[in-house]
Amino acid sequence: MGAMKFTKDHEYVRVEGDVATFGITDYAQGQLGDVVFVEVPKVGASLKQGAEAAVVESVKAASEVYAPVSGEVVESNSALEASPATVNEDPEGQGWFGKIRLTNTSELDALMSEADYKAYLSTL
Amino acid sequence: MTDPDSAAPKRTPLYDLHVALGARMVPFAGYDMPVQYPTGILTEHQWTRAEAGLFDVSHMGQCFLIGRDHETVARALEALIPADILSLKPGQQRYSQFLNEEGGVLDDIMVTRSAEPEEDGTLMVVVNAGCKDQDFAHLKAHLPAHIKLILAPHRALLALQGPKAALVLARLAPDVATMAFMTAISTVIEGVPVHVSRSGYSGEDGYEISIHEDRVRLLAERLLKESEVKPIGLGARDSLRLEAGLCLYGHELDVSTSPVEAQIQWSIQNRRREEGGFPGFERVKRELAEGPKRKRVGIQPDGRAPARDGTEIYNQAGEKIGVVTSGGFGPTLNGPCAMGYVDAAQAQDGTAISLMVRGTAMPARIVKLPFVPHRFYRG
Repeated sequence: MGAMKFTKDHEYVRVEGDVATFGITDYAQGQLGDVVFVEVPKVGASLKQGAEAAVVESVKAASEVYAPVSGEVVESNSALEASPATVNEDPEGQGWFGKIRLTNTSELDALMSEADYKAYLSTL
Repeated sequence: MTDPDSAAPKRTPLYDLHVALGARMVPFAGYDMPVQYPTGILTEHQWTRAEAGLFDVSHMGQCFLIGRDHETVARALEALIPADILSLKPGQQRYSQFLNEEGGVLDDIMVTRSAEPEEDGTLMVVVNAGCKDQDFAHLKAHLPAHIKLILAPHRALLALQGPKAALVLARLAPDVATMAFMTAISTVIEGVPVHVSRSGYSGEDGYEISIHEDRVRLLAERLLKESEVKPIGLGARDSLRLEAGLCLYGHELDVSTSPVEAQIQWSIQNRRREEGGFPGFERVKRELAEGPKRKRVGIQPDGRAPARDGTEIYNQAGEKIGVVTSGGFGPTLNGPCAMGYVDAAQAQDGTAISLMVRGTAMPARIVKLPFVPHRFYRG
């Protein structure tokens, strides 16, 4: 398991080699409430850091999920289409959205460490 | 609508209870209201369909119209709404709308004739929170001098909804058990005088209980002690009424929509259709005779993606035929559902349409409302 990094928009990445698995954090799923639909990124799509990568919908509203890093989507978690509640139950495990092959590893430097993210959450 | 940013949000008398119950509070119609409790909207929704849900709807506006006798007060209110109030029996309740001169809906309301013989000539009117200031001003401006308007800002309102609601409430007030849907009584619960109506906005059987704000917390806590009752927030209130195909002001209803377009012409009784005498009668009469240009329909997406308010609706030829006014996920339906307005000539049940969701045309169909059958108690 690689180290996790976090964005201010509550996405996480877990980097192994040059592939980053991303999703939304436990805090984010708690804020959203019951997830009823997820539009995961398409395999082969080219994502730019900070651009829309996926959509997660609760009973009440749709929220955009932004790409924490730039790169090509090499895998997406299509199981979420049938069982979106996995995002609530295990957001940072089985509830991942996609895997991105990094084009620029230096982008990771701008993301928060787990300790920094925890400190950030305590300010919200 | 009240601008929620114009002042600090108001609180209902149950604000502290909501916070103590762990509710997530959100601004709604100028109030800080519980959108959900810790178990979440899906669980609250399912609970209301299976057991009994307790809703704080104290933000809604309550008022009384008092005239010399029923006929006097009924005729005065009928000048502003298209429902037949004159024929209301004591203790009977009706759904109606304040209309403007163009037949547009200013607000949708509930009107109840008091069941008490000594209160003959009294109508209770409940209006939407977001419209209440305008509604009360509208009443003040248009009611004749011989009708007294008494606002009731110190009355709270609880809704107890669900198949177990009658069982639960009858433990505290046995006389509610046999009430029929859309009737009301004055009774006493736990020593406190209350107005109870058998109505609500979830599509389920249930009651609305009007009670003084100083006594509402005790009653709410008493009801929550019953094993069948859990507190339910605005999130589930919205998904319940959407599945029940019920209009929400600001979504399905606004000043541009008529009751006929909204397909709530069942709330305009025959005498009023013939005699008129309410604002917008010309438009209502014409739309009843010729059909409206657009109408409210149910929309069922083929896939799993919800289509939200504002989603554009297209026909198979790629022409825009309407717009979604409420849309989301129906927990009982276990899938997305929506309501919207479409061109009346293309509104037949089963019509294949496309919903433009995030730039992609999603296949959907026009379907009959409601999505989940009503289970009102007809006696």
